[in-house]
Amino acid sequence: MSVTATNRIEGRFRALRQRGAKGLVVYLTAGDPSLDDTGKLLVTLERGGADLIELGVPFSDPLADGPVIQRASERALRSGTTLRKIFERLPQWRQAVEVPLILFTYYNPVLQYGIERFAQDASTVGLDGALVVDLTPEEADGYVAAMRSRGLDTIFLASPTSPDDRLERLADLSTGFVYLISRLGVTGERQELAATVAALVSRVRRWTPLPLAVGFGVSNPAQVRQVQSLADAAVVGSALVRAIEDRYATEGVQGVERFVRWLRGD
Amino acid sequence: MSNADPLTRSPASDLPALAGGRFGEFGGRFVPETLVHPVEELERAFEAARHDEGFRDELNRLLADFAGRPTPLFHARRLSEHLGGAQVFLKREDLLHTGAHKINNCLGQGLLALRMGKTRLIAETGAGQHGVATATVAALLGLECCIYMGEEDMARQAPNVFRMRLLGAQVVGVASGSRTLKDAINEAMRDWVTNVASTHYLLGSVLGPHPYPLMVREFHRVIGQETRRQVLAATGRLPDLLVACVGGGSNAIGLFYDFLADRNVGMVGVEAGGRSLRLGDHAARFAAGSPGVLHGAYTYVLQTEDGLIASTHSVSAGLDYPAVGPEHAALYRAGRVLYTHATDEEALEAARLLARLEGIISALESAHAIAEVMKRAPKMPPEAIIVANLSGRGDKDLAIFQAAGIL
Repeated sequence: MSVTATNRIEGRFRALRQRGAKGLVVYLTAGDPSLDDTGKLLVTLERGGADLIELGVPFSDPLADGPVIQRASERALRSGTTLRKIFERLPQWRQAVEVPLILFTYYNPVLQYGIERFAQDASTVGLDGALVVDLTPEEADGYVAAMRSRGLDTIFLASPTSPDDRLERLADLSTGFVYLISRLGVTGERQELAATVAALVSRVRRWTPLPLAVGFGVSNPAQVRQVQSLADAAVVGSALVRAIEDRYATEGVQGVERFVRWLRGD
Repeated sequence: MSNADPLTRSPASDLPALAGGRFGEFGGRFVPETLVHPVEELERAFEAARHDEGFRDELNRLLADFAGRPTPLFHARRLSEHLGGAQVFLKREDLLHTGAHKINNCLGQGLLALRMGKTRLIAETGAGQHGVATATVAALLGLECCIYMGEEDMARQAPNVFRMRLLGAQVVGVASGSRTLKDAINEAMRDWVTNVASTHYLLGSVLGPHPYPLMVREFHRVIGQETRRQVLAATGRLPDLLVACVGGGSNAIGLFYDFLADRNVGMVGVEAGGRSLRLGDHAARFAAGSPGVLHGAYTYVLQTEDGLIASTHSVSAGLDYPAVGPEHAALYRAGRVLYTHATDEEALEAARLLARLEGIISALESAHAIAEVMKRAPKMPPEAIIVANLSGRGDKDLAIFQAAGIL
């Protein structure tokens, strides 16, 4: 197994642990509203204090996403965003930020791009890993091997419905961190954090020493703190995408930066 | 249902057997993690049920007394004479309760949902036939029901929307994407991933993650099993050719499956040729698609080179979908079934001809199969036998016939 990667993800979580701090992971859809804007937003999110950024690849049929990210995906597709164009921009984005960057994508765009070529280009442009939302451990052997051989992290989802034998398997295949789904359902903001979070965190913890990040429905500072008290990082997706939808046009990058600082409780 | 277990018995040794949830290289299980355990539970429940005599008896009783099986095999003499070649027989699935073959699968999955302790059924629908059949079974079994339907399909298949509501189902319009069947499936998946504890997703075709393509095929095999008995009784031999329309492909696989080992029985699956073979104008996956993943399965898909799923068009809402069932992809790859397409215009003309010559108003989906029969029968000798699956009736399509000027 090659360890040529910069291991930004591992490094970031180690630094957080040394400070006794917890992480904030944010999601935005690449190309929403345009790829030029995404470049600016990445810098903004880092400045606002994001510890890791998930860059969503827009897809025509985002069946794991709620209305907010569906709309972002539609805006991004309308602006002509594809996986190829995201890869074209990434070297320039990578130079502008230090924060770990992973792609959050559905499987078909990766499959059509070619799994080997995907891993090769992801590595070349300075990505740190990927999460493929509809690729389960059972179907992922080729993908995991291609990513591993280039030192890229493979993050898998753990769900409240996953039995222990599945948690073991997906924890085994994960590197960087494990993404825990806080509750059943699609992505989207929620008033209350599900009571199942603590139980899932302790179940996954039995199988892996990797950092655990919890997402789906985490949308305000209180929920971020609550998740951070249980796990290593909170993931905020739809709420940030909505902030981009609502504030970016009127308040510009400052509005988005304020939102991230608000989430962090700064 | 047959006692034979297709998991251990391939219909012909050189055809792709189901292994690890795949038909050859096609199929599989590409779903978000939350749905993996539920589809595994579904697979176990289905495997237990199909080998349970009580379940089979109950299903067979409902298929006979409620749905109206067996359906007739009708010798379409005037159509055969008009075409001047092969003898054309129609498998009359249109005569089933709710007007299409869809009820076979809905009764099976409905009973399975009860066994699994689910209290709510959800489904997608394109033409509305599967939605009506699901709503019907929900009413019959006392289950709550929610149907997702693209807004474009709700407009063009309005009578079926009224039927579903009369049957007590909630019909939710889907305004995203192309506002047709694929978007309805996305929305049904989102519901399922949210309500998975109480809810069974009654998927309406041989699509989706394993075990759906296998399970839906098993519930429709009765079409081919009956046809085999009926054609032997009527003619003393097996047919030369089977023809069926292919959207997801459930009526086609139901007719074909029990003939796959009979090498002298040819098979043609007919996709929607739409307006033209330009991407977005049709749903001819084998003519213009390529392997990809949509809605949980690896199969032939209409897509862009960047892996985005393409929009489709067909005059028949039930065929207007960018992916095909993975077992059809395997049969295509193995060369066992020929896949072709009929245009909107050909389907409309076939429906008109069948109405005038045989007094049968066919669904526009099934009319694609009749259009292929019209091309092939004249080139075959009079002793040749074609069986076409008349998978649904055309009442729902009257407004489209009218708009097309064929009334």
